[in-house]
Amino acid sequence: MADASAAVAHDDHHYTATGLNSWKVGFWTFIGSECLFFGTLISTYMVYKGESLVGPFSGDVFDIPLTTISTFVLLMSSLAMVLALDGVQRGNKKLALTWLAAVIVLGATFLGFQVYEFNHFYHEGLSLSTNLLGSSFYVLTGFHGAHVTIGVIWLTTLFIMSAMNKLPPEKALNVEIAGLYWHFVDIVWIVIFVLVYLIQ
Amino acid sequence: MSVATESTATAPAAHHGEPTGLWSWITTVDHKRIGIMYFMTSIVFLLIGGLEALLIRIQLFKPENDFISAELYNQLFTMHGTTMIFLVAMPMAVAYFNYIVPLQIGARDVAFPRLNALSYWIYLFGGIYLNVSWFVGAAPNTSWVGYANLTSTQFSPGLNVDFWVLGLSILGVSSIMGGVNFVTTIINLRAPGMKLMRMPLFTWMTFVTSFLLITALPVIAVALIMLAFDRFFAANFFNVAAGGDPVLWQHLFWIFGHPEVYILVLPAFGVISDVIPAFSRKPLFGYPVVVYAGVLIGFIGWGVWSHHMFTSGLGPIADSFFVATTMIIAIPTGVKIFNWMATMWGGAIRFTTAMNFAIGLVALFTVGGLSGVMHASAPVDLQQHDSYFVVAHFHYVIVGGILLGMFSGLYYWFPKVTGRFLSEKLGAWHFWTTLIGFNLTFFPMHFSGMFGQPRRTWTYQSELGIELFNQLSTIGGFILGVSTLIMLWNVLKSARSGAPAGSNPWGAPSLEWSIPSPPHHYNFPALPEVRSREPMWHDDERAAIEAVTLAEPETEPEMPGPSFWPIVVASGVTATWALVMTGVWWAPLLGLVYTGFGVYMWAFEDPFKHLKSSH
Repeated sequence: MADASAAVAHDDHHYTATGLNSWKVGFWTFIGSECLFFGTLISTYMVYKGESLVGPFSGDVFDIPLTTISTFVLLMSSLAMVLALDGVQRGNKKLALTWLAAVIVLGATFLGFQVYEFNHFYHEGLSLSTNLLGSSFYVLTGFHGAHVTIGVIWLTTLFIMSAMNKLPPEKALNVEIAGLYWHFVDIVWIVIFVLVYLIQ
Repeated sequence: MSVATESTATAPAAHHGEPTGLWSWITTVDHKRIGIMYFMTSIVFLLIGGLEALLIRIQLFKPENDFISAELYNQLFTMHGTTMIFLVAMPMAVAYFNYIVPLQIGARDVAFPRLNALSYWIYLFGGIYLNVSWFVGAAPNTSWVGYANLTSTQFSPGLNVDFWVLGLSILGVSSIMGGVNFVTTIINLRAPGMKLMRMPLFTWMTFVTSFLLITALPVIAVALIMLAFDRFFAANFFNVAAGGDPVLWQHLFWIFGHPEVYILVLPAFGVISDVIPAFSRKPLFGYPVVVYAGVLIGFIGWGVWSHHMFTSGLGPIADSFFVATTMIIAIPTGVKIFNWMATMWGGAIRFTTAMNFAIGLVALFTVGGLSGVMHASAPVDLQQHDSYFVVAHFHYVIVGGILLGMFSGLYYWFPKVTGRFLSEKLGAWHFWTTLIGFNLTFFPMHFSGMFGQPRRTWTYQSELGIELFNQLSTIGGFILGVSTLIMLWNVLKSARSGAPAGSNPWGAPSLEWSIPSPPHHYNFPALPEVRSREPMWHDDERAAIEAVTLAEPETEPEMPGPSFWPIVVASGVTATWALVMTGVWWAPLLGLVYTGFGVYMWAFEDPFKHLKSSH
């Protein structure tokens, strides 16, 4: 009896005017806000591009082949994310765990590349306070990296939930929203890769 | 169409089953309680910001006054502006969003009740953090616009700007989350039949404002982050010696700052677009046009920011563009003014205090709008920039427009919130002292500005011939202070002993007037079905709705339970930013870990667990 009434209450709380889940609408709204956040950071980078008075300049430190690999890694993580969601939606725990693990590993690998890159640039003489490039590059890519880090922590949580059998298909929305976030962070990186690294 | 007569009302009684006590307020997720807390907090900050203004006015009462030092004067006008915008005008509007919007659309709460509580607590902690600066003698002192590179460590080495940049960052988090919450609420939680074009104008303007919040606040957030990196980690964003461009700050600030003006004023427009029809007993004239004008203001508001920067030397092409857009945005605003007047035309007008304040807005905002069109012209603006003429202009917009709109809403919705009327007699005193005090304070500033009194300057020479204008402004300022105290007295007195009000004391048309005053914690026993724009003005529709909304349900609808985690996360967010102040790079990470702990506890908390345990 208790379960039945709880189920009714559950449905009542999920009534929406559009039929869309509120978490999804809210998260899309938040992503809209994030677009302006990264848009402002990227605009600042573009305004200061080539304006640094002293080196090292971007051409001195950027390693395009290396960043291409890390970009590829992050792009592949989005594919793994799609497959992980599919696994959770179908209630296939093995698929879900495999692909969630893949996203986490690929995301962490991307972060590893970024740590290596920051470290490398720093030893080439580019710090936060060296010039405009240092300030605008580290803050932009640093905030992107922070977003990836949050994503990795989030997905790790989902992985543990799945391993504990607490991620049934009814809760696939949790993974779907984490996926929205992950794909968004991925798309932001594509813009950064093109505007910051490729077009110098 | 008929209008409900004033229903016979009895003294409001507290509803059963609602928890009381301090703890219930700390852990509440009820949008109505959060709305009340937002309102009371913003009133406290209104008193603080008003006190700062009065000290400024005393200092300017006579030439070469030495009542306060120039340094303290800098802190006073900076905190006056920062407080009134971020701690009074915005949160007071959010108070109304919170209390009224779910009732107007027929919802039991906002889409994310705990997130709503989090927004409030971050606002409270951020406001306290900003004001703690007074007690260490280092209140922000670089004006509310904080232009680079005055805010650099080179020119502002003290803690003053630290408090400002970190305090505003904290408040920004609150506003963005509030925006997300209300966009989702209005999209998703409308009752059956409540189509977008049936929503009351206040809900519509909340909708537009929420979009502006989620889009404008991230821009200032990034600008503040860049300034914080410059100050704490020696980055170069606004460091001229390294090629940094201080004008970039101006652009980012005003790309946020101008939409912010509409974030402030659209809710007030929304309030009076509900009040004027209710007290004219006529539907809003040209409803779709008023809606579209509001949406258009939201869009064009993004394309006018550089009119704040005509003196920055952007060149004739940029200046011309922003002159044109600024003049264009006056059109939808003017359209609204005419719609309000046409609504009153031929209506059976009742001059209640709420209506008086609404009419006051229409008149006084128009004065501010007209002076705004004057300095929309770049050559004119070059003369008026940073003079008291501009101070007069934006106070006509912000006080004459926004504050009067908020007061109108206070008198209009107070019976819904408390079940009692505010005293109309005290209300008349409040209205007339506000009107006289306001005009006496700010109208002379047009003249003192034209005579050459510069903004943000702590004293002036008697040769300038502006002493009389300043004395009038100071006297007016104190009358405004008295009017605020009258309002406060009215609220405190009427909350306890005001005349009882029924569910629809004004005979108003929208859905919030279909439920008891004060509402049950679940608002609606069952969701009403809406068939028109003025559901309470159509007898058959009202009867059908009230049969649902005034009924006592056999079992109360199940509402999310109280939560402790919003206040934990809010304290974590505040601590994280405040710890940046230490300048130690890992110190904020401690705050982050604490915040993360709160977020996890929140995420795994079942909002309905209190129901399951009682089954």
